[in-house]
Formats: sequence, C-alpha cells, structure tokens
Amino acid sequence: MEIGVYSFGDTQRDENGNLGHTGETIQNLFEAIKLSDELGLDYFGIGEHHTETMPMSSPGAIIAAAAAATKQITLGSGASIISTDDPVRVYQQFAIADAIAPGRVEITAGRGSSTETFPLFGYSLEHYDQLFADRLDLLLAINNSESERVTWSGSTRAPIENLAVVPRPVSGKLPIWLGTGGNPGSSARAGQLGLPVSYGIIGGQPARFAPLTQLYRQAGKQAGYAEEDLKVSVATWGFIAPTREEALEKMLPGWINLNIEMGQLRGWSQPDTRAYYAQAADGGAYFIGSPDEIAQRIVDLHGHLGHMRHFFQMDLGSTPHEWVLDSIRLLATEVKPRVEWLMNKK
Amino acid sequence: MKPFNTVGIIGAGKVGTAIARRAVAAGYDTAIASSKPREEIELLTQIMVPGATPKNVEEAVDADLVVIAIPLPKYQQLDPSLFAGKIILDVMNYWAPTDGVIEEFEGKVSTRVIAEHFSGSTVVRALNHIGYHDIDEKAHTGRGAAVASDDENARQTVMQFISTLGFDPVDAGPLDNADKFANGTDIFNGEHTAIEIQELLNKV
Repeated sequence: MEIGVYSFGDTQRDENGNLGHTGETIQNLFEAIKLSDELGLDYFGIGEHHTETMPMSSPGAIIAAAAAATKQITLGSGASIISTDDPVRVYQQFAIADAIAPGRVEITAGRGSSTETFPLFGYSLEHYDQLFADRLDLLLAINNSESERVTWSGSTRAPIENLAVVPRPVSGKLPIWLGTGGNPGSSARAGQLGLPVSYGIIGGQPARFAPLTQLYRQAGKQAGYAEEDLKVSVATWGFIAPTREEALEKMLPGWINLNIEMGQLRGWSQPDTRAYYAQAADGGAYFIGSPDEIAQRIVDLHGHLGHMRHFFQMDLGSTPHEWVLDSIRLLATEVKPRVEWLMNKK
Repeated sequence: MKPFNTVGIIGAGKVGTAIARRAVAAGYDTAIASSKPREEIELLTQIMVPGATPKNVEEAVDADLVVIAIPLPKYQQLDPSLFAGKIILDVMNYWAPTDGVIEEFEGKVSTRVIAEHFSGSTVVRALNHIGYHDIDEKAHTGRGAAVASDDENARQTVMQFISTLGFDPVDAGPLDNADKFANGTDIFNGEHTAIEIQELLNKV
C-alpha cells in the first residue's frame, strides 16, 4: 500500500485572521514535498486550485521543481483541470518533469470540484462535459502516440496534424489517472479506457465506494484490460497526531475556516461541528487520529476498495504549517510502517 | 404502504443511483435511464443499483412516478411531451458556483422553471435538501423530507412514496414554498426531523 499526501496549497493567516502571502504558501508546500520524500512517503499529489486560500494554480510548475529536489517520491497532479487547460501544454510540462525524475511523474486528469478555471481561462461551464471528454481524449492520444508526431482532431480545440509534441517521457508513457468524486459514469469510463482511477472522498462513508470500484474493475475487464492495469487510489482528508484528541483539535480550526469560506461561496450556513466529529468517526470520510487508528482505518478500507494508494490532504483552512509537517512526519514514520505490518498480517 | 408500483429514475449519477437503490429496497419496480442508450448503463445498473432495470428515457417514463435527477443545466434535453400526464419528482438544485450562472434560474425557485418546461406534467418538489450520501446512509433514521406541489393529490402520493423510502415526509404546500427548502436555507443546510422541518417551514 502506497501512502502519501496531497495539497492545493494552504495560505497561512496571522493572529488577526488576515491571509499571508500566497508565494509563502508555495514555499511551505515545497518544503512539505521535500520532507515527505526524505521520510520515505510514496506519493505527493498537487491539486490545481485558483483561490487566495489555496493558490496552487499550476501543478506542473511545482512538480518540475520538486522533481529536481526529491529522490524517490512519486509526484502527481491531483488533479490537473484539463477541461480548461491545453492538454498539449500539460503533457509537455509533465514530460519535462519526467525527464528530471524518470518514472516518478504522473498526471491525474479531473474535472475539479470547483469551477474558477472556467471564467479565468475564458471557457463556458455550458461545455463542462464536452471540454473534459475532448481534452482527455487528446491527452491520451499524446500519451499513446508511438512517436513525437501526434495527429488528433476533436471538437473543442484546433486539430493537430502530424505535429511534434516534445519531449517524450523518458519512461515511455506517463501514468495518467482519472480523478473522480464518485459519479458512477466516471468509474465506468475509467474502466472502459483502462485508466487507473483516483477517488476523492471528502464526505460520506468511504466503504460505500466499493460498488464503484467493482463497476470500474468490471468495465475494465469487459474492455479487455488486465487486472494489474486497473488500479484504484483514494484521496481523503486526514490529520495525524500522537493522540486522537490532539489530532481532532488541530484539524478543527482549519475545517471551520474552510467551511466558512465555502459557505460564503455556496450559500451554506455556519459550519456545524457535529458534522466534523461524525465524519471523523470510524467509517467516516475524515482520517483524523493517532497513527494506530489511521493505519487500521486505511487497512479496513482496503478490505472494501482494494486500493493501492491512500493519500491525505492535511493542510486546509490555514492549518499552521508546522502542524502539517508534524502530521506528515507521523504519517511517514508511524502510520506507513503500521499499514505495511497490518497488510502483511492479512 | 406503497402508493403505486413503478418508478422511473432519469439520471444515473450519484443522486439518481442513490434514490434508485432506496426505491428497489422499498420494493418498487424500478427503472433507471441516462443520456446514454440503455445498453451502455447495463453494467452500471447491475452493480450500482442491483434489482433495477436499465432503460432508455422514453421507456423509463412509463412509470407511476418519474424522478428527474440529472444535472440541472441539462433539463432542456428532456422532451416534455414524453412526460405528459406524469407525476414528476424534481430533486435537482440550481447552484451557480458549480453550474455557472444560468439567467433563467436567477432569482427563481428552480423547480418553477422545471414545472414550466414540463407543463403537461405534475411536478412535485422533494429530496433536493437531502444529500446523496444521506439518501443511502440516513434512510430510516427519522430524517424529515419536505414535499411541495401545487397538486394536492400528487403531493400526497409523493409523500407516501418518500415515507416508503425511509424518510419522514412533511407537507410543505404549493410548489412556490419550495424556496423554503432550497439551497442556502436552514432546512437544506442541516439534518432535521419531520417536526423540526415543520417548525422551520412555519418560521420562514
């Protein structure tokens, strides 16, 4: 079981609640990636987000930097919002990072849960589905191309007629994951395309994703893909501290801040902390607790979903950077070995 | 007691499949349809909603109740003549932050726009304030569900239906009252019993 972290960047606040510099957010994130690599975590995912509180707008840029600054960790986007980006550009950026860190760079293509990129890059939400399908098709066409020369035509972008898309990944192809929040159609599509699937589970009971993983694997099998190509990863919120009480206490303020911000955007009311504690209970979507508890919960969920990678967003709502680094340390040094031990015991 | 036997669910996403699972569990003859042809949702139905029958939209509407659970901006893709004379349960919400601003929904109760599109049908508004996780996880836990419609009989019928799914229905009156449990309201934002919902309806 691979264990890792993901982040959209998390801008810090001063004692008056004012947001800090968004450049510092990127510096903090970079430090978290390097630490995760040094401590032996398997994966770091960089989500694409375009807000002052989560300013990690260009995953390819920081992944290229991290490729040079790390030794063993796999670096991926989580997710690249390809609907509103040019797949050629996305591919080039990640192929360049792959040249620096061969075999350690992946793309996760997603629609994204938020839609800021549409006005930002001049797209209409009316074409939400069409943009995603068309651009995923182009991204895969480039990846599956036998050579640098690519030929493609679609409906949302000018065709490409035997043009060079360079560089090619030194490892041949890039792993391209399909990111989804649990829409059944997306799981079926990932299976039909033979793509590994990454589930972002931020609410409800993660074990209820079991039928989705069955649908994914069955659709993949029907389309002729081998079992080892049909991989599942899971991304959830998480926070680890020496005790459950401390972990709950440390993540709560960030959770409240995030919910207030989302609430202002989407017309929600004041966050109800009962929902926080309910989701953080055994079987819930938040993996907040001691190393023993979190390791056990990862392994329990594996019994339902059979995922090969579980990674956590720990920095949200201006959670202090040092706390996040502490949580990463515990994830690497305490949770990961326990998961290995529990998995071997199975 | 089931008020009827057949349910057609239009929409095979998170919400549609969750409601379909509850309908199958309650013993309804349940059909599910999406924008794709029937063959393409066979596997999905078999795994996500065991016991339901995948159909094309024009076949799925042949039911005592038709539930529409598609992304709201796509509602115009459904031909209203197919739904003529039917009771429609509208569970969709208008969320500008995720759907983009759609002029015709601005400043209106979204279900009123739906009712105008399906003018030959009887539209009932319910279940829009219960998230899809909770449709699965909170059935038979005493969770209340507001039901609005201009048609008294249809409202009562859907209330009975919702009761068999495992939620406690609350009569919210005519369709325009749906703004009392639209997104952004207390009913929408929280988890409530039927009594609490009744109080919140009286208050607004």
